Amino acid sequence: MGLLSKKDAKLITDPLLDNNPITIQVLGICSALAITAELEASIVMSVSVMFVLGLGNVVISLMRNIIPSKIRIIVQLIVVATLVIIVDLVLKAFAYELSKTLSVFVGLIITNCIIMGRFEAFALGNGPWRSFLDGIGNSVGYGLILIAVGFFRELLGSGTLLGIKVLGDPIEKTGLYAIGYENNGFMLLSPMALIVVGIIIWIQRTKNKSLIEEN
Amino acid sequence: MEHIELFFKSIFIDNMVFATFLGMCSYLAVSKKVSTAVGLGAAVIFVLAVTVPLNWLLDQYILQEGALSWLGEEYAAYDLSFLSFIMFIATIATMVQLVEIIVEKFSPSLYNSLGIFLPLIAVNCAILGGSLFMQSREIPTLGLSLTYGIGSGIGWFLAILAIAAIREKIRYSSVPPALRGLGITFIITGLMAIGFMSFGGMLTGGDEEKKETPKVEAKIEKEELKKEEAKEIVADNLNTNKQ
Repeated sequence: MGLLSKKDAKLITDPLLDNNPITIQVLGICSALAITAELEASIVMSVSVMFVLGLGNVVISLMRNIIPSKIRIIVQLIVVATLVIIVDLVLKAFAYELSKTLSVFVGLIITNCIIMGRFEAFALGNGPWRSFLDGIGNSVGYGLILIAVGFFRELLGSGTLLGIKVLGDPIEKTGLYAIGYENNGFMLLSPMALIVVGIIIWIQRTKNKSLIEEN
Repeated sequence: MEHIELFFKSIFIDNMVFATFLGMCSYLAVSKKVSTAVGLGAAVIFVLAVTVPLNWLLDQYILQEGALSWLGEEYAAYDLSFLSFIMFIATIATMVQLVEIIVEKFSPSLYNSLGIFLPLIAVNCAILGGSLFMQSREIPTLGLSLTYGIGSGIGWFLAILAIAAIREKIRYSSVPPALRGLGITFIITGLMAIGFMSFGGMLTGGDEEKKETPKVEAKIEKEELKKEEAKEIVADNLNTNKQ
């Protein structure tokens, strides 16, 4: 990567695994769980968060020297809210059905802790280019978990991926259903999202022992 | 009755944490000790009880389509609902600032133990989520919005209290090392959410309602049969009388 120095590249690659915003930093879980019953919704959510976090980090980083620290939270909220309104209007215009499924969770990107967390921890102390990379890296790390959860929940829950029936037709008994496979409707219920994320955390920490918590 | 129904619905059935996963970040971060969990839970109840009715007023008289008609005829056509995110979050941030000042003044020990998390209530998804759900579920009156705010606050309080108590106890059990801390908390929350799903049938009456309807129909059919029989008997009687 000629464009990026080694230090900058680390900003993107670090949040993907060892410093993942969901499984390690415990940020942005609210929206991650509620909308992952379908893969498509997870992908749209990840892209929206990438847009908001990438641009928001740049804006905050450009303003970091003129924001008085006492009112910084409200300034950050206004910046995020403006970006989220843009995302919401674009979704309503071009993907109305999907914006209905996501319902209030688009609005809840505003209070997604991942965004405020990165503003506070990174954008307030770094230049715009580095903040942009940090934003992209973190939102990709967030998206990875979202897409993984969405993938398993949709595949096991309704036997489809992005709405395509990959395991055959459950009514006409083709594909896997011919040999007696049944969809696990339980995967579509919200509690399973928590358990799937729990299992992802389990696998990740088994592979990387240094992440194991004391208690 | 309406109030009681909405109150219990927002505590148990639509529980913020278990049904919609709102406020998970602070739920996971502050639930290590029961005492701090109680403090944060109480703060959330208070902030929700104040912000939901306030945002209801904003929504009803400024943001909704046609809401500005109290200003005059020419304003009736405006639809400002796209501004609701920014208005709601501004109200919430202001109220949280106020709560912070009050808590610092009256209970410094609580203020110290909540530490960084009090300003973070502003970005607690549960608070904004309360207002957004209030808007999308079209709660009709100010009183009901207050009930909804308090109810969902109590639901959140219950959830964080329960998980904090479990986490205090789980310290003494041997959890697999890789699951310790965050992992096991996720899985416990998932199991609790499955438990809370059983409240789903509480207000609708669950299966009973479905069973009742065929019974009523059957009764009607029987009654009709009886009537027809009676008619036949009457007719027979008449015939015999005539003969």
